[in-house]
Amino acid sequence: MASTTITPTRMVLNQLKGRLKTARRGHKLLKDKRDELMRQFMDVVKRNKQLRLRVEKGLTGAFASLQVASAIMSPEMLEQALLYPRQSVELGMKFKNVMSVNVPVYSFTTKNSDPAEIYPYGFAQTSGELDDALAELARVFEDMLELAQVEKTMQLLAEEIEKTRRRVNALEYVMIPDLEKNIKYITMKLAENENATKVRLMKVKEMVLQDAHNYQK
Amino acid sequence: MGFKALGLETCPAANAQEAREALRRLTRESEDYAILYIEEGLAQQLSAEIDKYKDSPTPAIILIPGREGSIGLGQSALKAAVERAVGTNILGD
Repeated sequence: MASTTITPTRMVLNQLKGRLKTARRGHKLLKDKRDELMRQFMDVVKRNKQLRLRVEKGLTGAFASLQVASAIMSPEMLEQALLYPRQSVELGMKFKNVMSVNVPVYSFTTKNSDPAEIYPYGFAQTSGELDDALAELARVFEDMLELAQVEKTMQLLAEEIEKTRRRVNALEYVMIPDLEKNIKYITMKLAENENATKVRLMKVKEMVLQDAHNYQK
Repeated sequence: MGFKALGLETCPAANAQEAREALRRLTRESEDYAILYIEEGLAQQLSAEIDKYKDSPTPAIILIPGREGSIGLGQSALKAAVERAVGTNILGD
């Protein structure tokens, strides 16, 4: 916004003053929003860190158990044992509004609520290690679901914070100084015009008086 | 493999190409899938595709460690998000 493009009139001055007021208020609001988003974001990040560590540890353990199971059983048997799941998961998703960011909230229901019912095979032909692996996996899965929710929330919040931060900075370092500069320019210009008019009037008055009365100074 | 027993849907993919196709297929029906879990090893080669879904509410693509254990990709995603929001890494690692 180069100051040369604005016309120094009272109307423009009033407009600019209005805009400056709005910009200041917007800046304050956005700053508050950014701070609050940041606070929530830090909570989410902390939770995410915990969950990720837990999930990674749990999954590594579960995969290790599965590995042992597959070493004991023949591949065909293992395949067959896991071929038809008895359990099925129904995932529900809702959106929660956090500081005008829509973050997902997952809820899941399993068809069989009894934890002992997850094994889709008879116990006679499979090894106990497989049972352990599956039980472990089922435990980890609940954490995984929460991890998904927390991680998505984190990503969405990060995006929103980035946007808000940019807006705050644009207002603070570009919009507001520009407006202030333009307002100053107009006020100066108007004062200058006023002075010019005053001087001109004085001069005219002097000339008129001289004409009428032939005053000599 | 074990996840299938828990009632999750699994899409086995042997290499990056297969994984990419599976990912595309699943995200096209993104109304139906809210969360996708993908092994870190495969995700490494699909990062461009995965980043596309970072800012949309669905689906959530979550990296999990594969059979070989964690290679720290999930952690780095966390770090990247913090860096994006704060502008610098404030977690101190």
